[in-house]
Amino acid sequence: MIEMSHVSKWYSSFRVLDDCSLKIQKGEVVVICGPSGSGKSTLIKCMNGLEPFQKGEVLINGISVGARGTNLPQLRSRIGMVFQNFELFPHMTVLKNIALPQIKILNRSRAEAEARAEQLLDRMGLKVQAQKFPAQLSGGQQQRVAIARALAMDPLAMLFDEPTSALDPEMINEVLDVMVALAQEGMTMAVVTHEMGFARRVADRIVFMDEGAIVEDAAKDEFFGTPRSDRAQLFLSKILQH
Amino acid sequence: MGFDFNVLWQYKELLLHGLMVSFQLTLVAIAGGIVLGTFLALMRMSRLRVLSALAGLYVNFLRSLPLILVIFWFYVLAPKIVGHPIDAYSSVLITFILFEAAYYCEIIRAGISSVKRGQVQAGLAMGLTHLNMMRYVVLPQAFRNMLPVLLTQSIIMFQDTSIVYIVGVRDFLTTADVVANSTNRPIELYTTVAVTYLVICFAASRLVGRLQRSYAL
Amino acid sequence: MNYSWDWGLLFREPYVGWIASGFATTCILATYAWLIAFSVGSVIGVFRTLDNKILSTIGTVYVEIFRNIPLLAQMFIWYFVIPELLPHDAQIYVKRGMPNPQFWTAVVALGLYTASRVAEQVRSGIQSIPSGQRAAALAMGFTSTQVYRYVLLPIGFRTVIPSLTNDFLGVFKNSSLALTLGVMELTATARQIEEYSFQSFEPYAAATVLYSCVTLLAITLMRYLERRTRITGTASAGGQ
Repeated sequence: MIEMSHVSKWYSSFRVLDDCSLKIQKGEVVVICGPSGSGKSTLIKCMNGLEPFQKGEVLINGISVGARGTNLPQLRSRIGMVFQNFELFPHMTVLKNIALPQIKILNRSRAEAEARAEQLLDRMGLKVQAQKFPAQLSGGQQQRVAIARALAMDPLAMLFDEPTSALDPEMINEVLDVMVALAQEGMTMAVVTHEMGFARRVADRIVFMDEGAIVEDAAKDEFFGTPRSDRAQLFLSKILQH
Repeated sequence: MGFDFNVLWQYKELLLHGLMVSFQLTLVAIAGGIVLGTFLALMRMSRLRVLSALAGLYVNFLRSLPLILVIFWFYVLAPKIVGHPIDAYSSVLITFILFEAAYYCEIIRAGISSVKRGQVQAGLAMGLTHLNMMRYVVLPQAFRNMLPVLLTQSIIMFQDTSIVYIVGVRDFLTTADVVANSTNRPIELYTTVAVTYLVICFAASRLVGRLQRSYAL
Repeated sequence: MNYSWDWGLLFREPYVGWIASGFATTCILATYAWLIAFSVGSVIGVFRTLDNKILSTIGTVYVEIFRNIPLLAQMFIWYFVIPELLPHDAQIYVKRGMPNPQFWTAVVALGLYTASRVAEQVRSGIQSIPSGQRAAALAMGFTSTQVYRYVLLPIGFRTVIPSLTNDFLGVFKNSSLALTLGVMELTATARQIEEYSFQSFEPYAAATVLYSCVTLLAITLMRYLERRTRITGTASAGGQ
C-alpha cells in the first residue's frame, strides 16, 4: 500500500535521507525507530509529501506522491497523520476540529460530520470534552482528539510521528492504548516512536534508522531477538533500560 | 511631453542642501529624542506614582495626536510663552524632539523590561548596587535588545521630517517642491525625491536587519 | 502672556460648523483609506508568506516601495505625477471629471501606504504560528487556500489585533497630511479658524480633543475585540 523506493533528501551537503526503501502492506503495523537526527520524522513526512525529496519515489496505492500531476490534498485526505505536538487547531472546539475537515474536504454534511465526531470521541471516552477548546485539555486528551480527527476521515493508513514524545509519563499509556486498539482492528500504521513496549505488542515489523539510512528492517521477533547491526544493538540496549 | 532630467543637474546644489537639512533635522531629533525618551522611560518605570503618571500622560497624549497638529501647536504656543517669535526651523526641531521622545520612551521601556528578571536578581545577589546593576547588567542588554527597533524608529523619523514642508522649512521634499513649481517639472522632481528616500530608507533598513542578525543572542 | 480667551467661539457659527465638517472629513477619509489598507494589506501580507516565488516577490516589492517613501512624497506623486502617466482618457477624467480629486488622491495614497504596514503585521501574525499547524492542516488534505482560510488567517489575525489597531490609529493621524493637497480635514479646519478668528489656542485645542477621543475610542474597541476573539484557554498575549 505504501511503497518508498530509493528516497534520498539532502540540504546542500547534509544528507537527511540516504537511499531509503520501505514497503508497508495493508494491515501492517511498522514501527520506525532510531537515535535522534536519524531522519525518521523526515521519512514519515515524505510518505504524505509534507517533506519534498530530491530522489526516489513514494507510491500510495500506486499513486506517486512526488509526481507533478498528483492531487496531493486529495491523496493526503486518505492518509491520517498524528503529530508529536498534537497540532489541534486552537481556535476551534474539539468537535469542530474533528468535524470541519470532514465537511470541507470530504464534503460530508454538518450533521453527518458531527455525528461521526461524537462517535469517535465517545469511543475514546472524551465525549464530555466536545465543546472545549484544545488549550483546556491535557496533553493526553489532546493527542487522543488528534487521533480521532485523523480517524474521522476514514483513512487507508495512519502515520504517527512520535505521538507520545511530548507527553508527561502518566499520559503516555492512554494514547498507546488507543493505538494498540487501532492496530488490533487492522489499521495500516507507520509509527515513529521510542516506545519499544508498544512495538513489542503490536508491531509486525521494526525499521531501524541511523544517519538517514535504513539500517535494519526486520520482523518483530527477529529484531528483538537477534538484531543484526551493532548500531541497532547499541540503540536497543540503551532504550530497553526503561 | 518630454521628461527633462537635466533640471535635477541644474539644481543639484539646492537639492543636496535640502537633503542635508533633512539629515540634520533627523540626527538632532534622534539624539534629542533618545535623551528625552530615556528620561521619560525612567520616569515611567519609577516607583513614584506621580512621576510615572506624568510621564505616562505625556507619552499617551502625544502618541494620540498627528505630528502636524503638534507642529502647529508649538508654532503657535512657543512664541507666546517665550515672548518673541521663533523661527520655523527651531520650532520644528524642538517639536520633533518632544514628539519622537514619546515613541522612543516606549521603545526604551520595552527594552529595559525585556531583560529577564533573573538577570536583575543575579546582579543584586552578587552584591551590586542598584545603580551599578542597571549600568553593567541591565542597560547593556536592554540596549542590545532595543537597538534594531530604535534604528527602525529613526528611519521612520527621517521620513517624518518631510512634514516640515508645512511650515516652509527647506528640507529635501520642500526644496524639490519649490524647484518643481519654478521649473514646472513636477514629475522629474517628485520622482527623484521618492526614489532617493526609497534607496536611503531601504538601504538603512537592510543594514538594521544585518545588525540584528549579527548579534542575535 | 497676553491672550484673550474665547472658548465660546468653538460653539458659534460658522466655526462650529467648520469643526464638525472638518472632523467628518477626517473620519470619512480615514475610513475609506482603512478599507483599502486592510484589504490590500491582508492580500500582500499573505503573498509574503506563500511559497510561490512570484507572489511573494510582488509582496516584498510592494512593501519596500510603499513603506520607504514618506507619505507626503507619496501623496505628491499620486496627485502630480501619476495623472500625467495615465492613458489619455483616464487623465482627462482624473483632472477634470472626477469630483473631489484631492480627497480621493489622499484616500488612495493613505490607503496604499498604510497597506504596507498592515501587510507586515499580517505577515508576522501568520509567521508566528508554529509550523506544525500548517503541516497538520496540509496532512489532513486541506488545499493551500483552505489552510489559510480555516487555520492561518483566523489565528494570525487574532494575534495582531493590537498592532492593527495601531495602524488604524495611524490612518487617522496621517489623514492630517491631506491638508497639503487642500483637503479641509480637521487640522486644516483648525488652522483656518485660527486665521479667521485670530484665536490660536481654541481651534487647535478642539482638534486635539477630537483626535484624542478617536484614539480612546479605538483603543476601547480594540480591547473589546481582543476579548471577544480570544482563543479560549490560552493566556492573552495582547496588551501594550
